[in-house]
Amino acid sequence: MAEMKTAAYICSGCGLGDKLDVPQLAKIAQKEGKMALVREHGFLCNAEGVQMIRDDIEKEEVTHICIAACSRRAKTDAFSFPTVAMTRANLREGVVWVVAEGTEHDEVRQEMADDYVRMACAELKKAKLPAGNPNHTHLKNLMVVGGGMSGMTAAFEAAEAGYEVILVEKQASLGGWAGKLWKRVPFKAPYAEPQETGASELAARVGSHPLIKVHLNTTVAETSGAPGRFAIKLAQESGSLTEVSVGAIVQATGFATYDINKLPELGGGLDHVVDHAGLEALAKASNGGAIKRHDGKEVKSVVFLQCAGQRDEKHLPYCSGHCCATSIKQAMYFKDANPEVSTVVVYDDLRVPGMGEDFYRSAQHKGVVFAKGKASKVETSGNGCRVNYRDLILDADNVIEADLVVLATGQVPSSGVDIAAWDKVTKEAEGGSEEAKQQKSELKSISILNLTYRQGPDIPKLKYGFADSHFICFPYETQRTGIYTAGPVRRPMDILQATEDATGAALKAIQAAENASLGRAAHPRAGDLSFPNVRLEGCTQCKRCTVECPFGAIDEDEKRFPLFNEQRCRRCGTCMGACPVRVISFENYSVDTVGSQIKAIEIPDEFSDKPRILVLACENDAYPALDMAGLSRIVYSAFVRIIPVRCLGSVNTIWITDALNSGYDGVMMMGCKKGDEYQCHFVKGSELAGYRMSKIGDTLTGMGLEPERVSTFEVAITDNQKVAGLINDYVAQLVEMGPSPMKGFG
Amino acid sequence: MSELNQKAVALYGNNFLKEVTERVEDGEWVSMCMQCGVCAGSCPLGPHWEHSPQKIFRMIMAGKRDEVLTSDSMWMCTSCYSCIVRCPRKLPITHIMHGLAHYANRLDVAPKGQPTRELARVFWNNLIKTGRVNELKFSLAVYFKDGFSQGIKNLLSMQVIALGLMKAKRLNPMEIIGGHKCKDVGGIQKMLAKAQEIEARRQIS
Amino acid sequence: MAKKNYAFYPGCSSQKGASASNFVPSIEVMCDKLDIQLNEIPDWNCCSASIGYGEGSQLSRLVLNARNLALVEQNMPGQDLVSGCPACWLATRETAEKLNEVDSLMADTNEALKEAGLSFKGTVKARHLVEVLIEDVGYDAMKAPVVKPLEGLKIAGYVGCQTNRPFGIAGESFENPQYLDKMIETVGAEAATGYEQKITCCGGALAFSEPEKSQKQIKDIVESAYDHGADMIVTPCQLCQANVEIYQSEINKKKGTNLTMPVVYYSQLMTVAYGGNAKQAGLDGNVLRPQKLLDIASK
Repeated sequence: MAEMKTAAYICSGCGLGDKLDVPQLAKIAQKEGKMALVREHGFLCNAEGVQMIRDDIEKEEVTHICIAACSRRAKTDAFSFPTVAMTRANLREGVVWVVAEGTEHDEVRQEMADDYVRMACAELKKAKLPAGNPNHTHLKNLMVVGGGMSGMTAAFEAAEAGYEVILVEKQASLGGWAGKLWKRVPFKAPYAEPQETGASELAARVGSHPLIKVHLNTTVAETSGAPGRFAIKLAQESGSLTEVSVGAIVQATGFATYDINKLPELGGGLDHVVDHAGLEALAKASNGGAIKRHDGKEVKSVVFLQCAGQRDEKHLPYCSGHCCATSIKQAMYFKDANPEVSTVVVYDDLRVPGMGEDFYRSAQHKGVVFAKGKASKVETSGNGCRVNYRDLILDADNVIEADLVVLATGQVPSSGVDIAAWDKVTKEAEGGSEEAKQQKSELKSISILNLTYRQGPDIPKLKYGFADSHFICFPYETQRTGIYTAGPVRRPMDILQATEDATGAALKAIQAAENASLGRAAHPRAGDLSFPNVRLEGCTQCKRCTVECPFGAIDEDEKRFPLFNEQRCRRCGTCMGACPVRVISFENYSVDTVGSQIKAIEIPDEFSDKPRILVLACENDAYPALDMAGLSRIVYSAFVRIIPVRCLGSVNTIWITDALNSGYDGVMMMGCKKGDEYQCHFVKGSELAGYRMSKIGDTLTGMGLEPERVSTFEVAITDNQKVAGLINDYVAQLVEMGPSPMKGFG
Repeated sequence: MSELNQKAVALYGNNFLKEVTERVEDGEWVSMCMQCGVCAGSCPLGPHWEHSPQKIFRMIMAGKRDEVLTSDSMWMCTSCYSCIVRCPRKLPITHIMHGLAHYANRLDVAPKGQPTRELARVFWNNLIKTGRVNELKFSLAVYFKDGFSQGIKNLLSMQVIALGLMKAKRLNPMEIIGGHKCKDVGGIQKMLAKAQEIEARRQIS
Repeated sequence: MAKKNYAFYPGCSSQKGASASNFVPSIEVMCDKLDIQLNEIPDWNCCSASIGYGEGSQLSRLVLNARNLALVEQNMPGQDLVSGCPACWLATRETAEKLNEVDSLMADTNEALKEAGLSFKGTVKARHLVEVLIEDVGYDAMKAPVVKPLEGLKIAGYVGCQTNRPFGIAGESFENPQYLDKMIETVGAEAATGYEQKITCCGGALAFSEPEKSQKQIKDIVESAYDHGADMIVTPCQLCQANVEIYQSEINKKKGTNLTMPVVYYSQLMTVAYGGNAKQAGLDGNVLRPQKLLDIASK
């Protein structure tokens, strides 16, 4: 690689030139930042400005550029120079838009801009252009596990997009639950009548697709490797093993129905009480005619009990979402065959999302009666059942006699091994417990993917056993890179949602395989070419990185050194934050790139009344929120110096001690919400940061500092109003506390 | 039990929803109620309803025929139409309540002596006599519906109001003899008789 | 300018000597100034009002209203049926819409109408006089004839029920209609904005049968007008006017209150603003004297 040649470009557009002394910034870049080339420009992001930079890269052989203009999140198309290393000094959103108006603020505003230029120059000198993961892969095919509606759709959509698919189904035929239905809830206007499921047609199209290879009666015996190079062992029912390799995986293993025998008070186990699946079987048998019970009696009255063992802490605590529409559909089976059949749906809340309201109205038109109530007991009565329920509108006990009772039970995800339970027995087994070893082997037997990862054989669960990493912000993503979940294994859902879900997951899987083949990261830093480098000679084999990696990307080699599976890595830097000896770094993001910025600023002395506060802001939520505060011209203190970080999980405590030693008065860490309802894009990063910082109090006390000088805050992307308040309050708190006693020693 | 009522019971058994759907004005809408309760919360006389419209709808679906038809709830309707304009399902609730009250009155199972029921009867008889309402005769008939002495008492209690109205020329004691009426009273009465005949033919009520 | 013709349906309460007998005189000056020509429907009959449903069957009530519509269609071609009474308007409009919607009811109705020598094709539109003022005349034109702006008068605009629901004035909200306040301002008075009883039911339909319940409604309506510093209440509804006005003495007797809040028609305000005298405005027909309005009228 050519010798490093640096250049800084100072923009005076967007009012920067009016509010700031741009020549002074240029002088700082040159004198203090030691930039080889410094240029000012009145409109840097226009064609002429960009061309100027391109010319310098080409003719002046500039290899490192510092752009002092707007936020790194702005004008990314204009400032895209993939052949050089680049840093950005945020003078617009970070300075002129957020520092109070007026000449009395000119001094602090300029100081802030000066420091951001110093920081960007310092960072630049430590940064390298990421070369990309040298371990390129070439596999772009997918494995889809599960041949139900979700799995078939994922396979079909991926194949239609031109990717080869291996579809694995443990049963003897494709179709899953959808194949067992008589009709499905309508998904087309006018949303009034049950529709054909289309499952057999889809199965036929999947089966005959040239890019899809279907393995029936097959399970996954082992999954190892990483995106772009997964190695799979498929086990046939016969016992024979087939080895295949794929680029990415979609797990669409669906759900099991909740066991109605666990609901004896609702008649589970009685002759004439069935669940939705049981009723579908009866409807299929009747083939559009009058529906008959198992004993052959034609059903003249039927009662549906909603939320059977659902939204109930004793059974399933959640709502399965589809059951109200499913009961409406099944009530229509009866009404369509014979309008005289009495059909009553006893519900607590009727939840029909999407266009379900139209379907609900259609059922009312057909004479299906809906009773808001709660069933207390279902018992045998004559040749049928007696449903005792509390009518919640009339606030009275009521009784309905019916030939048949249908329980709307919920979806239990088929998500394999519970990783939390696995961790527990693994630890106990390592301690020598024979019982734990036995439990571990039992757990292993229900595994779906049989991952060889050190973190366990299946995808970690988010909530209630559903395999996902965040239902809302990043659907389909799991905590295992390159493996995506779709359909009811991810969250409860109906066929329409599952097919949409499967399409999304297939696209994510394709993206993961493509990125892996280019040596790039997957979500949420999709396209990032940097990857962790480890200086193994400095490693003390403490295992913190392997344990703390939220994605199971780091294994151990035979000498117990960390072994990075770069393709599994999401580039969050949690390992870098964890490493006590600081041997892990990225080319453009390291202990040094951030540390040098921290040390680059000018710290005024303790008599200046100008405190300095370091803000380490997560680039996913907090930094955008700060930018948006700027966009909304929300004023905050000019005493803060903000450095974006990939995740609070990447914050190494050395940065904190360096900052305090340098004379900063305080450190604010801004990250995503942690805990059960976490919003961290890297799942555990903000949680780990919180944990690490909780341990830093002693260090601070040892330095003679108040523990409040380091504080952590949760900031969501929508908190542009709140974030300015957090800053101002914290600055006020530090002013009250007085200057750091460390000032002048740094 | 009136003959009409007996016939209805014989025909519909315990399927009251079907009976209402087929026999009550706008009754076909009842099954479309989604039990949100906005009607109950919107009724100015809500606290005085033994069963709110929401409950009436639920009771119809639950087959509570006697409780609904003998209730004086529907007779609390002031025809303010608040429920109609607020119903998210656009049920003509006011009309359904009127329809139910009319049906109960027709079957003669509505509560005896219910004041609004009595008033409605007097009002109708007053208007079909001449084609127009004679307010004085109507008022007197209302006051005297419970007998002569109660009528005098009612009248005395309203003396101030009546005198005020008379002074303002808004109550004319001469209306007692003659008063306003349509010219073609005969035509109107024949027309109404025909309407009744048609309804009987169609078994509408 | 040529006057615009309308088939006028006064309704029973507006007849001479009836409870709203001062309404019709009060609209004469107003209509004259605004070039509205009201032609009374020959031999119109009662609409059966809100309470007719108890005894009268659906078809009987439809037929009664259809008779008025048929009289207009037959004798007054091209004219809209206009009523000043919300109950008449509502019953007639409901009938016209229902008959146009349900063919079998139209057929049944015509079979009955034949007995009175009439037939109805469904071409007549039933409108409220306020609709005519707002839609055909407009606020600017309503303002033009004002010679005595009602300055210094604060008025609570009480819209009530049936002028407002279920049809209401096009473009107005059911929950907070603005037109009456605008009309108050058009004649130079101040509208008591924020008057929270604007659309409350006065219980008029049950005034006879459930007096306690009805009077509770009236008490709220009147007391809120006092709370807002109103000099009087204005309403577009005959039943509201009568009910809210005449029962105040009864409430005072029972509840020990001292309610004497005048209740007037919008047309009375307009007549006075247009220079009409107290008699022309029908102010002699008010039981509770609207003193401030009388003062302006006599100026």
